[in-house]
Amino acid sequence: MQHTLIAVMQDRPGVLNRAVSLFRRRGFNIDSLAVASTEVPGLSRMTVVVNRDDVTQVVQQLQRLVDIVSVQDVTFDRAVAQEMCLVRVGPPGSRLAEILGLAREFDARVVDASPSAMVLAIMDAPATISAFLERVQRFGIEEITRSGRIAMSMTTPARGARPSPNASAASASTAADSFQAQADGFADEEAA
Amino acid sequence: MTQHSPHDPASRTGAQIMCEALVREGVEVMFGIPGGAIMPFYHAMWEYRDRLRHVLCRHEQGAGHAAEGYARASGRVGVCVATSGPGATNLVTPIADAFMDSTPMVILTGQVGSHLLGTDAFQETDFTGITIPITKHSYLVTDAAELPRVFREAFYLASSGRRGPVVIDVTKDAQQARVIPDWEPEMELPGYAPRADGESRSIAQAARLLTNAQRPLIMAGNGVIMSGAHGALLALAERTGTPVVTTLHGLGAFPDDHPLALGMPGMHGWVHANRAIQECDVLVNVGGRFDDRVTGKASTFAPRARVIHIDIDPSEIGKLIPVTVGIVGDARRVLEAMTRLIPERRHDAWVAHIREMQATHQPRQAYMRRPDTSALMPHDVFDGLNAALHARGPYRVVTDVGQHQMWTAQLLDWRRPRTLITSGGAGTMGFAVPAALGAAIAAPDETIWVVVGDGGFQMTNQEIATIRQEGITNIKIAVVNNGYLGMVRQWQELFEQRRYSGTPLSGPDFAKLAEAYGAMGLTVTHAGQVDDAIDTAYATPDVVVIDFRVEREVNVFPMVPQGKSIGEMITDQPAA
Repeated sequence: MQHTLIAVMQDRPGVLNRAVSLFRRRGFNIDSLAVASTEVPGLSRMTVVVNRDDVTQVVQQLQRLVDIVSVQDVTFDRAVAQEMCLVRVGPPGSRLAEILGLAREFDARVVDASPSAMVLAIMDAPATISAFLERVQRFGIEEITRSGRIAMSMTTPARGARPSPNASAASASTAADSFQAQADGFADEEAA
Repeated sequence: MTQHSPHDPASRTGAQIMCEALVREGVEVMFGIPGGAIMPFYHAMWEYRDRLRHVLCRHEQGAGHAAEGYARASGRVGVCVATSGPGATNLVTPIADAFMDSTPMVILTGQVGSHLLGTDAFQETDFTGITIPITKHSYLVTDAAELPRVFREAFYLASSGRRGPVVIDVTKDAQQARVIPDWEPEMELPGYAPRADGESRSIAQAARLLTNAQRPLIMAGNGVIMSGAHGALLALAERTGTPVVTTLHGLGAFPDDHPLALGMPGMHGWVHANRAIQECDVLVNVGGRFDDRVTGKASTFAPRARVIHIDIDPSEIGKLIPVTVGIVGDARRVLEAMTRLIPERRHDAWVAHIREMQATHQPRQAYMRRPDTSALMPHDVFDGLNAALHARGPYRVVTDVGQHQMWTAQLLDWRRPRTLITSGGAGTMGFAVPAALGAAIAAPDETIWVVVGDGGFQMTNQEIATIRQEGITNIKIAVVNNGYLGMVRQWQELFEQRRYSGTPLSGPDFAKLAEAYGAMGLTVTHAGQVDDAIDTAYATPDVVVIDFRVEREVNVFPMVPQGKSIGEMITDQPAA
């Protein structure tokens, strides 16, 4: 399944290289990656989407990197995920009204147009963008650029926060539970 | 604030700041080789020669391993230096070795001028890029003003949390630039906060598990030694009557002559140690990372045990072996906290059961029994060495990698931490001689025994020249010479129909080689000569190389074949 990870890291040369290197080392293919600066000067935020069932280990190894301040796996959290997409279609000709209608339907914008081409921009959930592109298909897509997913959790991660599964019951009987116990412990200490 | 003021009398060159920073970090020695891009640093080093000892090695790999040996013997940060390009790339192996074994190390390298970065300039390699996967952290410094902060951070990172190598790559112009150094730099490490104290709820859970265990077992690893937790380990083991196995890097963390000591588990561990792991109901792994050489086939490891894993690195917990309780923290503090929560316990029947397995399956004496031959057996060498080590003064043993390394681990009695210095995770042949150079400087009043095979010895023995130039005399080198890359040959014998492909190995006369370096060389071909040779080595106030020409095709047993469960051991030579 797809996991969406958000990492906050120091905005310095080489940091992205280190982070991405971890995925490469483990043989993970990155489905999408988006990085940009944040509300805090000197820190940037990275959203990574990987298609793996278990990302616990890579999250912990990311956390181990000195330049990475926090890592969240927001896959199961209440989080918003959005993506931006630019799509260029050929000469609209007589189908202009149809294209504009589709754009309105999906809340897409015409960002440039000429007699020979038209560029539409859309920002939405990745699945909606895919649905939009399918509909645009019949107007003749010349080129697509997707930004990769950016995501934001509805909660602030504690500094140095660990990946936190959703279950809240802690018992000593399974590995997953003990991780939970640990994660709880971190959260307690951070709050204190 | 730091000002770029070349004419101010308070200004210093970047190179001078590097030297001053090393002094401020308490560095007493570094190992290296100069070259174009690091020359400004060597120029400044001259002014600091009464405070900073520089040891000129013969190859950068030697410098790196020497820094490792120094760090492992002393517990302090080892420092090595090289120039850009090939000088730096020759350090890749020791850096990878230090990363695998969590050895605290700072690596200083020169880099081409910042205006040349990325232009394929002479002796330019992207060293911080090359070392990303094998360093704890790295810096490329192009501004001399950053040097005080970078050095402070680098030494802090190398020596805190899970120790490891940190690279500082400094461009030549940054070494030459003059700035006014700020010696109160703020560290900028918002993402780095190693935790020393374990989480109290997990510690309480672990204490409950151990208290209620019927067949408990402690597995002590490198972390016990790194954190100085051997005393805390002894206290916990004795309080709870829990037997202890010690991994390769844990040897010395728990005294082998203790009634609760079981010795080494794993691929070449003792049968009873592995059986104890397979039968225990609670396993406390403190400061070990469940290396595959310890666990064998991981899915069959410790099948009856609930596992407590204590490690300073959160990413180690649950990495390979599912745990019931994971405790992130410093081994000593966590063990002390656990001990306070646990009532006294005894497990005499369990320990007696393990001792019975030991007597039945692998009596150590039987393993050392010589077959019907007058030839010198490897075990004669280790027997003689073991007797000498414990009869004489303090010692360290530095090994290379291969059969001799496993015999060293098995057949010598380990009683004190930091007495065994070996390449574990990376398994780097060529480690021993240069690492002994570093250990000899860290422990000048002790006898440093090198145990090395004829293969590994021929990889880095040029560092004997360094040892001699430095006037170091407390190194004695035992070459266990069987004319093969012995461990590979053993696998070929056991698993590849004796196809000795690429393993027969010739060499020079090692005694004469030693003499060529101005050291003493001895050759031993019979068991009866072993003790005399060792006595001579002790009596000679200089480097001594003993060429032990042992029976060529002797195997290390017991052995867990790769990919098998540690419950399935080959305990003795299979019938031909």
